[in-house]
Amino acid sequence: MGLYSEEIRNITDKSMEQLFEFASQDEDQAEKIGYSNYSYWRSTWKSFLKNKVAVTLLILVLALVLFVLIQPYLPNQKSPTEIYLDPDTGYQARNVKPNDDFWFGTNSIGQDLWSRIWAGTRTSLFIGVVVAVVEAIIGITIGALWGYSRKLEGAITHVYNVFENIPTTIVLILMSLILRPSISTIIIAMCITGWVEMARFIRNQIVILRDREYNLASRTLGTPTSRIIMKNLLPYLISIIMLRMSLAIPFAIGSEVFLTYIGLGLPVSEPSLGNLINEGRVLMMSPDLRYQLLFPSIVLSFITISFYIIGNAFADAADPKNHV
Amino acid sequence: MIEYIGKRLLQSVVTLFIIVTAVFLLLRLLPEEGYLGAAADKMSPEQQEIYLTNLGLRDPILVQLGNFYVDLLKGDFGKSITYRTDVPVMDIISDKIMYSLTFGVAAVIVSILIGVPLGILMAQFKGRWLDRLGTGYIVFIVAVPSMVYFLLIQVYITDFFNLPMLFDEDRPITWLLPLISLSLGPIASYAMWMRRYMVDELNKDYIKLARAKGVKERTIMFRHVLRNAFIPLSQYLPATILLTITGSIYIESLYSIPGMGGLLVDAIQRQDNPLVQALVLIFSSLGIIGLFLGDVLMALVDPRIKFGKGESVR
Repeated sequence: MGLYSEEIRNITDKSMEQLFEFASQDEDQAEKIGYSNYSYWRSTWKSFLKNKVAVTLLILVLALVLFVLIQPYLPNQKSPTEIYLDPDTGYQARNVKPNDDFWFGTNSIGQDLWSRIWAGTRTSLFIGVVVAVVEAIIGITIGALWGYSRKLEGAITHVYNVFENIPTTIVLILMSLILRPSISTIIIAMCITGWVEMARFIRNQIVILRDREYNLASRTLGTPTSRIIMKNLLPYLISIIMLRMSLAIPFAIGSEVFLTYIGLGLPVSEPSLGNLINEGRVLMMSPDLRYQLLFPSIVLSFITISFYIIGNAFADAADPKNHV
Repeated sequence: MIEYIGKRLLQSVVTLFIIVTAVFLLLRLLPEEGYLGAAADKMSPEQQEIYLTNLGLRDPILVQLGNFYVDLLKGDFGKSITYRTDVPVMDIISDKIMYSLTFGVAAVIVSILIGVPLGILMAQFKGRWLDRLGTGYIVFIVAVPSMVYFLLIQVYITDFFNLPMLFDEDRPITWLLPLISLSLGPIASYAMWMRRYMVDELNKDYIKLARAKGVKERTIMFRHVLRNAFIPLSQYLPATILLTITGSIYIESLYSIPGMGGLLVDAIQRQDNPLVQALVLIFSSLGIIGLFLGDVLMALVDPRIKFGKGESVR
C-alpha cells in the first residue's frame, strides 16, 4: 500500500505536459452523433432477404403472376372456354389425356385444361388481390378513426360487435344468394366482413402506440402530426397490415372454392380455380381422370401457401423490433 | 361478476336481435320462386299471387317481421317447400342434428387430444425438427383451402386403403375418414395457439425467476406455463363445441353424411327459402351464444379479470 501512495504522490513529477491535450468541444460534431442512416424500408428489405424460403417463393410467385398475365398472348395457346372437337369423330374431345396438343388434357366437355387452369388462376388471383386491397383500405381507415377519434369510438365499437359476431360463412352465403353470382358479387361478399379484423388490429395497435413515451416526446418536440404518423406509427402498422393481407388472399381464393362448391360460385363460363376443382371433383370417381382434380389443386395450394409464407416473412421483416 | 355477465348477456341479445332481423330482411330479397316450389310451373300468375298472399308475403314488411318473431317465439320456423314438401323445418333439422353433433364432438375431442400436446411439444422444442414439422403442417392447413385437402384425402386415401368412399352408418370404418378430415383444421389451430401462448408465457420474467431459483422444469411447465396458456384457449372452447351442431358443410356433403351442414347446401341448391332461413338463423345464433359463453368462461377461469371499479377496490 505504501508503495502505491508513493507512486501517486510523485505522479505530477512523472507526467509531461506535452503528452496531454485539452479536448475542445465542437458543436457540429455533437449534432452528428444524433444522426443515423437508418432507413425503415431498407432495413425491412434487408431482413426479408435473409429469409431464403420466402425469397425463393416470392420469385416463383412473381414468375407465376407474370406467366399467367402473358399466357394468352403466347403462341399455340387455346381458348379456355372454347369446346374442341375431335377431328376424327367430329364429337366433342371429352376427357382427352394430356398430350402434345392438349398439354393438360381436356375436361368433360372438351375444353383445354391447360389454358383453363391459367385463366382460372388469373380470376382467383384477381379476386384475392382485390379483396385484400379493399379490406386493407376500409380496415385501415376505420381502424385509424376508431383508434384516434374519441367521438366515433363508441359508435364504431357497436358496429364492430355486431359484425364480429356474424359468421363469415353465413354472410358469404347470404350475399351470394341475394346478388347474382359474379366476380364482383364474390368480392363484395368477402369485403363486407373482411375489414373487421383489419380494423380491430389497427385500432388496438394505434391505441397502444398513440400515448407511448416516444410519441409524447415527439409531440413535445414539435414534430408535425404527419411526420409522427409516417415515421412513428406506420412502421409498426405495416407489419400487421401485411400479415392480414397475406391471410386475406388465401382466404379469398378459398372462399371462392367454397362458394362454387355449394353452388353459389362463378358461372361455369368463367373459369376459376374453384370451378376447376369442382369440375375435377365430379370426375374423381374414375381414377383415370383424377389429374383434372390434381392439377388445379396443386396450383391452388402453391399460390395460397406461397402468399401465406411470403406475407408472414414480410410481416416479420417489417416489424421495427426485429431491425437490430 | 354478475354485473359483467349481465352486461355481456345484454350485448349478445341485442346483437342476436340485429342479426336475426337483418337476416330476415335480407332473405326477403330472395327470388320468390323459392316459396312456390315444384308447383310453380302449374300455377298461373294469379294463383301464384294468391299463394304468396296466403303465405303472408304480400303483407307490409314490418307486419311480416312481427309475425316472424311471434312464430319464432313459438319455435315455429315454417314448413319446408322443396326439400321435403310441407314437413315442418324443425322436424327436418332435429333428424339431422345427432349426426353433426356426434361427429363434431368426436372431432373436438380428437383435436384437443392431439392439438394441445402438439402445441406444447412444439413450444418446448422450439426451433427443432418437431417444431418445424408442426409449423409446416399448420401453414399447409391454414393456407390451403380445406376443400382441396378434404377432396384429396377422400380420393386417394379411400383408394389406397380400399375403403368405401361414402359414409355408411352401419360400417364403423366409414366414420373414420370424415372424423380425421374434420379434425385436421382444429388440430392445427389448437397447436398454433397453444404454441404461441406457451412461448409468450415462457419468455416472461417470473419463469426466469422460477428457473433461477431452481424450480424443476416439469413444475414450471405444468404449474405455471400450462395453466396460463390455457386461459386464452378456454375462450374459444364453447364456440367450437356449439358450432359442431351445425356440422361441416364440406365433410357432410362430401361423404353424404345426413347432417346439418349438408342440409344447408341442399336447401340452397333446391331454393327452399324457409329451410335456408332457419338454418342461417341457427348457424349465426350458435356463433353468438358460443362467443358469449366463451367470455363468461374466460372470466371464470382467469382470476385476474376485474369486474367494474366498485369490486376491484375491495
